[in-house]
Amino acid sequence: MITLQFYKKLAAAAGDLDLEIALNIQKGELITLYGPSGVGKTSCLRILAGLMSPDRGRIKVDDTIWFDSDTKKNSSPQERSVGFLFQDYALFPNMTVRENLEFALKKGQHKGIINELIEVIELGDLQHRNPMTLSGGQKQRVALARALVHKPKILLLDEPLAALDYHIRQKLQTYIHEVHKEFSLTTILISHDIGEIVKLSDRVIVLEDGKILKQDTPQVIFMSKQLSGKFQFTGEVIAIEQEEVVYIVTVLIHNSLIKVVADSSEVTDLTIGDKVVVASKAFNPILYKIE
Amino acid sequence: MLDWDPLILTFELALVTTVILLFISIPIAQWLVKTKSGIKPVIEALVSMPLVLPPTVLGFYFLIAFSPSNSFGAWLNEWLGIKLVFSFEGLVVASVIYSLPFMVQPIQSGLAALPATLSEAAYVMGKSKITTLFRVLLPNIKKSLLTGIVLAFAHTIGEFGVVLMIGGNIPGKTKVASIAIYDEVEALNYEAANFYSLTLFAITFIILLTVYLINGGYLKRFWK
Repeated sequence: MITLQFYKKLAAAAGDLDLEIALNIQKGELITLYGPSGVGKTSCLRILAGLMSPDRGRIKVDDTIWFDSDTKKNSSPQERSVGFLFQDYALFPNMTVRENLEFALKKGQHKGIINELIEVIELGDLQHRNPMTLSGGQKQRVALARALVHKPKILLLDEPLAALDYHIRQKLQTYIHEVHKEFSLTTILISHDIGEIVKLSDRVIVLEDGKILKQDTPQVIFMSKQLSGKFQFTGEVIAIEQEEVVYIVTVLIHNSLIKVVADSSEVTDLTIGDKVVVASKAFNPILYKIE
Repeated sequence: MLDWDPLILTFELALVTTVILLFISIPIAQWLVKTKSGIKPVIEALVSMPLVLPPTVLGFYFLIAFSPSNSFGAWLNEWLGIKLVFSFEGLVVASVIYSLPFMVQPIQSGLAALPATLSEAAYVMGKSKITTLFRVLLPNIKKSLLTGIVLAFAHTIGEFGVVLMIGGNIPGKTKVASIAIYDEVEALNYEAANFYSLTLFAITFIILLTVYLINGGYLKRFWK
């Protein structure tokens, strides 16, 4: 179990931010940090990895103290067993894909893990390529594999899929889900994509102004109205148009646009860019096989 | 018969200076990139001083400091048996300081241009700072290293003022090519002066041309 409890003053562009976090994470859990930019999500991951030191507090993983401001204990990133997937991938340009993975081996560690990861994350065709020649999705897969070579207990994913298109995203979500189970990791993900969060995470931690606003399962957080709908999707409002007496709200759900009819009372508190749930109660949806 | 000694001495000096500079500049550059210390601007200014300071100023103070009649010079002489005034060793020490910015600055800007996540990724994998420096950072700034090596080498060849002040003009010991040229011109021996000058001109041109060819990617097929 990971026990995080720390305070750090961060100098942000919009002024100082007091990051104050108290959080317990169970072994094997996959949690998501969710919230607008600049609330300290990335800083949380960096503090846990030892790349940034909190001003005060305590970080305990299982029975090991990684940080304690009272006893001045602060383990270096090298001493902590963490896998970190950076937003910019951070692949080493002077090494091939395989060499990138091999570099991450611990002293005396058996090389078998490399082949295992290459197989699970399907990097076979890419292993002798230079990372600079890969596409974003391929780079991200390599970075994911490399983060796991030294068999960390904790995997930290800093918006790993933000820059990727829909199909590659879907595929990488599957990889993340697989490695999380396969290597019995405790995973912390930063994501803005509600679909992705619902699909991957056990628990969502909503951050606001450096504090935890609320935490619960993704269903409870994002579908707070607790509809008993037969089917429901989350999406983003793209347009609201008035047609005679009703309104047509266009919602982007993943990569498809859905038009929903709404009356004036429903649209009053809706603005473009809002996250919404599209649900249906009374009708039975019909399935068509397309592929 | 032309005397090759000054040219050989020049390249010896440049070679020894460059090797020493490479070893001391990497830690200095890395420190300058990483540090948040308040004395960073002071160190940066000191490292860059030789760019603007007249070489004679540097030479003059070396002469004073290293002179055996001075306490520091006497201490060196007595305890380490090193005499830095009018000796090849003295030239090396002075050249190292004189060419320091030419090595430190390219390496510093090369390291600063690398994303911080490269070293952070290596640290998280459990790699030490030294391993990270040699396996990750330096291999990715080959161009900057080459620029630093060549500029420091070429700049040491071009030294005059410092060498004259601290080295004097001892044939085979401190009489480098740039001083030999001055010497020959003073003696109205234009033929010998022209020989040294032309050699230095050609060699420095070739060295710099090679750097620009390599760093401009023209020789990429051969470099990789």
